[in-house]
Amino acid sequence: MKTIRMLAMAAAVPALAAAAQADTKIGMITTLSGGGAGLGVDVRDGFMLAIEQDGRDGVEVVIEDDQRKPDAAVQIADRMIQSEKVDILTGIIWSNLAMAVVPAVTAQGVFYLSPNAGPSALAGKRCHPNYFNVAWQNDNLHEAAGAYANDAGLKNSFILAPNYPAGKDALTGYKRMYEGELSGEIYTKLGQTDYAAEIAQIRASGADSVYFFLPGGMGISFLKQYAGSGVDLPVVGPAFSFDQGILQAVGDAALGVKNTSQWNKDIDNPANAAFVAAFQEKYGRLPSLYASQGFDTANLILSALDKAEPADQDAFRAALKAAEFDSVRGDFRFGDNHHPVQDIYVREVIKEGDVFTNKIIATGLTDHADAYAGECKM
Amino acid sequence: MTYILVLEQILNGLQFGIMLFLMAAGLTLVFGVMGLINLAHGSLYMVGAFAAAAVAGWTGSFLLALIASLAAAAAAGALMELVVIRRLYRRDHLDQVLATFALILIFSEGTRWLFGSFPLFLDVPSYLSGPVTLPGGIEYPLYRLAIILTGLAIAAGLFLLIARTRIGIQIRAGEADREMIAALGVDISKLYTLVFALGAALAGLAGALVGAIQSVQVGMGEPVLILAFVVIVIGGIGSIKGALAGALLVGMTDTLGGVFLPRLFTLFMEPASAASAGASLASMLIYILMAGVLLVRPSGLYGGSA
Repeated sequence: MKTIRMLAMAAAVPALAAAAQADTKIGMITTLSGGGAGLGVDVRDGFMLAIEQDGRDGVEVVIEDDQRKPDAAVQIADRMIQSEKVDILTGIIWSNLAMAVVPAVTAQGVFYLSPNAGPSALAGKRCHPNYFNVAWQNDNLHEAAGAYANDAGLKNSFILAPNYPAGKDALTGYKRMYEGELSGEIYTKLGQTDYAAEIAQIRASGADSVYFFLPGGMGISFLKQYAGSGVDLPVVGPAFSFDQGILQAVGDAALGVKNTSQWNKDIDNPANAAFVAAFQEKYGRLPSLYASQGFDTANLILSALDKAEPADQDAFRAALKAAEFDSVRGDFRFGDNHHPVQDIYVREVIKEGDVFTNKIIATGLTDHADAYAGECKM
Repeated sequence: MTYILVLEQILNGLQFGIMLFLMAAGLTLVFGVMGLINLAHGSLYMVGAFAAAAVAGWTGSFLLALIASLAAAAAAGALMELVVIRRLYRRDHLDQVLATFALILIFSEGTRWLFGSFPLFLDVPSYLSGPVTLPGGIEYPLYRLAIILTGLAIAAGLFLLIARTRIGIQIRAGEADREMIAALGVDISKLYTLVFALGAALAGLAGALVGAIQSVQVGMGEPVLILAFVVIVIGGIGSIKGALAGALLVGMTDTLGGVFLPRLFTLFMEPASAASAGASLASMLIYILMAGVLLVRPSGLYGGSA
């Protein structure tokens, strides 16, 4: 009799626990302090805007700061999965942090939706059914820049990027599409802020254009110094160095520069117009690329929750894969490796009143999928 | 064509070295006089840049921005000394490292709280923008030329201050024997605050000057700080002359190595891997230089026989 009661209680405990957490818990690990905080703040703000607009009960978001440190991100992920019992994780900005966290998360049966980092390994050989990338695969914007360079008749590019994996991916992506000659290819130090030496080499190289991938403060420094150097070759780059969060710091030096992005505030669809207005209303600034990615990630999760609970993994995965939400970037669907198949645009930096921003001038690549999808066996 | 590139790179190395000197001078003074390792020196550089960007935003004047950077960094430095640093002189270096590392975090998050997460805008003034043509047909950015001249003037002023003035004599005496100058009736705690504020002001000025051509953002001081430490180790701790020599050496090595090593590697490697391998070796070059100098002169170029 006693044993039976014990068994009954033991059976009831998990049932009770399950009842208590029938709600969906989303963990966001992102960079909110230090030099890279602007990106994480924008992803968070875009994400939370979508959650608030939706306003449904039963969705809880826990947000933590990874300080751009892989070990901190891993620890937070472990804690969120084991003690907070999150169903879905998201938020990581940097590829090296994503590589440290994502494989362990998906192996534990938790869903991971990347709002930014898209390292090639996770798109190819190490793809996983529970991993979705809502932003892009790392190479995509660079590929579009290479394609644009051909269209623009550029024949002799000087290309540079920091000497680390994402920098090498970037130049690989550019070269994959670009058909002209290279007058120089330089890898700079990661975190370098003085580009006088590189600019002197560009001046001496006889190039007809410059392509660079220098994220964050590196790009600001490069552009300001380039503008003061008297070298006036056209510059092309991915959106990361020309996005809303940093354009004001670059100033006039960025005006007229062509850059590639899967999103811009002038993409013409109702979801995007509403997003831009609501973001500006709530936060008092224009949304960035990162904010749009956060917003789309949240809306994708909400659209999947309409159809299934994360506990029912197969149904929830299918609902995510279907991606039936109004993306602010217009055309968006997932390829077989759970990475976006989408249009990538060419933007130009302009000034609207006092504010530096971008406008779309062309479509660089249409319905573009990444180069690693074939290696993904899923 | 090539000689122009080489000359331009030498100027770039000189300019980079001068900036490092402004950072390293304060660091080496503080270390030499007070025996204190201040990891938060880079935060003062950041304070200078943010103060300059804020004042330039309000007033539109670059000159006022520079003055603000000096004042803000000196004030922050003096405050830092009065509140925290003065409790650390008698502690060992590990405690100093720990406490000043905490100061870095406080300064970074404080700045982020005040100015937000996004980089700030500080531009080169119109009268210093654009390139000038130097004799020999080299086109060089006017602003960088101005940095070189300003830095050289400050270096000269600093030498005069240390060599010729009463304060300078006290500073040098404090370096040699702090008990003795205290016994001679010099108010040593006031002297320390003064030296600390002076070092802070130099770092702040460097931050503002560089902020106009780089990004003004949280955490901008840390990469420079590491280089400044390399400079004072090469130059010899506590020596202003050593800081200048070390800064110019590091500036030149880093700039010229970064440009010409990858080219050298193309002689016997295919271009893509030469670019990558050359860049990797170039980023190690200043540390190799430091190891080399320490091998020959264990206390640095102008270091005492400590």
